[in-house]
Amino acid sequence: MNAEIPLSVRDLTVAYQKKPVLRGIHLDVPKGKLIGIIGPNGAGKSTFIKAVQNLIPAASGQVYIYGKPYKEQRRLVGYVPQRESVDWDFPTDALDVVLMGTYGRLGWFRRPGKAEREWALECLRKVGMADYADRQISQLSGGQQQRVFLARALAQAADLYFMDEPFAGVDAATEKAIILLLAELKEQGKTVLVVHHDLQTVTEYFDWVVMLNRRLIAAGPTADVFTPELLQKTYGGRLQYVGDRLAVTTDAGGGKVAL
Amino acid sequence: MSWWQLLQDPNTQWVLAGCILLGISSGVLGSFAFLRGRSLMGDALAHAALPGVCLAYLLSGSKSIGLFLLGAAAAGLLASYAISMISKHSRIKEDSALAIVLSVFFGLGIVLLTYIQHSDQGNQSGLDKFLFGQAASLVGSDVTAMIVVSAVLLLITTLLYKEFKLLVFDGSFGRGLGYPMGFLDGLLMLMLLLAVVIGLQAVGVVLVAAMLIAPAVTARYWTNKLGVMVVLSGCFGALSGSLGTLFSTTMENLPTGPLIVLAATCFFLFSLVFSPKRGILVRLLQFLKLRQKVLHDDVLLALYERMEADIEQNPSTLRNGCSVEVLAEKAGKRAGSVQQALTSLSRQGLVEPVEHPAAGTLWTFTAAGLKKAYELALNQRLWDLYLMNEQQYQSFSIDIHQENLAEQLSPTLLEEMMRQLESYNLTPKLTVSHMAGGSLLAGRQGGVS
Repeated sequence: MNAEIPLSVRDLTVAYQKKPVLRGIHLDVPKGKLIGIIGPNGAGKSTFIKAVQNLIPAASGQVYIYGKPYKEQRRLVGYVPQRESVDWDFPTDALDVVLMGTYGRLGWFRRPGKAEREWALECLRKVGMADYADRQISQLSGGQQQRVFLARALAQAADLYFMDEPFAGVDAATEKAIILLLAELKEQGKTVLVVHHDLQTVTEYFDWVVMLNRRLIAAGPTADVFTPELLQKTYGGRLQYVGDRLAVTTDAGGGKVAL
Repeated sequence: MSWWQLLQDPNTQWVLAGCILLGISSGVLGSFAFLRGRSLMGDALAHAALPGVCLAYLLSGSKSIGLFLLGAAAAGLLASYAISMISKHSRIKEDSALAIVLSVFFGLGIVLLTYIQHSDQGNQSGLDKFLFGQAASLVGSDVTAMIVVSAVLLLITTLLYKEFKLLVFDGSFGRGLGYPMGFLDGLLMLMLLLAVVIGLQAVGVVLVAAMLIAPAVTARYWTNKLGVMVVLSGCFGALSGSLGTLFSTTMENLPTGPLIVLAATCFFLFSLVFSPKRGILVRLLQFLKLRQKVLHDDVLLALYERMEADIEQNPSTLRNGCSVEVLAEKAGKRAGSVQQALTSLSRQGLVEPVEHPAAGTLWTFTAAGLKKAYELALNQRLWDLYLMNEQQYQSFSIDIHQENLAEQLSPTLLEEMMRQLESYNLTPKLTVSHMAGGSLLAGRQGGVS
């Protein structure tokens, strides 16, 4: 396996109960790119990034991170789960949540010390949340909670990041903070895979696009792949279901691709 | 007997030590169980322990505390395994699975217990004590076992505090970091089970779950930090344990276990009402204060808008003020509450009554009141403007949860918004420049600012 490729997925199939959710995914992701994962609801986007990280069992297939199996390369992977996945009334503050990002390097029994604390604060600063370090997490707005999760992933100091809909339901300030952060990560040569919902911003945010609908429809540079034909193929059977949204996005996509 | 003499009695010492240890360990582990949404699990484990204890007695024929604990632990493990298997492999949800397992195991326990009671030496077994507990029966060897178990539990919790925190807050993130979350979850469950088992003899099958839940819930009311919560919960547990023991030894015919649970419940009830951040009392006061503030603001705004409309119609004259009825109609509130708000506002020096020969009592602003009302009106109109043109202002980081908008704006942006307000003819027109000699006077030439 090529050690230069941040993520390569071979024949990945994921099944809930008996029904396959993702079938035969075969994908190599280039280094240093911002990659959007798009597809209709229920296409298996979140399932894909969870299965790649071994968070849910795969029915078959292998995942290689920088040329080695995932288990050996765990430290190189950072993860931003969906905000709704945790109980925000948990008794802790923002800094403490960010510190959890350092637990992987700390290993068993060791507690975070001064160095970890400063590093976590630095990560909070990068997402514009330094002033909220000791704020109880339930007191934060949705966008701020999302930024805390981003800072936690930053604290992991990983090379490959997975983010599950970080832009979902956030305010303008958070959206701006996330975009800045993505640009910075890219500059440092890190690779970021983002599950994304809003087709209108795809060409603006991402260099590369992975289109999923239970199987891999297409993957490649945004300019080559984000075309009306492939979008139609990805969202195809759901034309009725998506309604005017697809019409709008196809126009936008077509317009930008034409440029 | 005085308290001091009581404490000299070695028997009381054992009981006291046992109950305190029980309180600490169940308080500490209860915190994690509570935050993980597993409060009922403790109850199920406790009820499931009864058949385990009975079987241990039947099989060994002797009353050995170590064997009882072993039997209880085995039955508890079986029960928790059954619960997770039922909720995993059937359509039954976890709460129903808990209820089924809890009652089946408890039923089986009662059957076995009755059988033992009616057998030859059964009535001497003292097994019935496990139902409601009998702390007074704790002896040296029991307490030694409790010391060992609680020490192990507390040691593991201290060592794995970070890992347990991760498990309870965000288990899947922890798995991503490489920690075996399934193992940690199982370990936490096993520790919970041990905490339940050492409490069985003192507090009993039926009540021991309260020792897991009550101190943890109580501690949550007083802190927003997990570390503090765990320690506090242990302290509340220990305090309940010692209070229950002391009350039952000083007073005749009062059972220890239930008294411990009652003490823990008293702490909980007190916190529920009086906790400074989450208590019912504070929240009620905050709510009443908010209602008062909204009423005051509305009345000030109504008066402001009414007088503003007047000077707009006729800039040269300014009426003396408004009557309560006019204000009530304008603000859409009952005259009674407007009157009450005006009285309170006049005590704050924001409005003052003026006697008018024809119209009766009219209310008008003082200088401070006018300034405040102007700010309120400006803020409200800026917000309206902002919400109307949100697209235009999106790039500025504005926190819509803050009450005050003007403070968040840069001078240039404020200027721009003021211009826009003017174009909508929404600039608040009644300003302090309309004041003369500290009061708003009728008939005074009022220039529009």
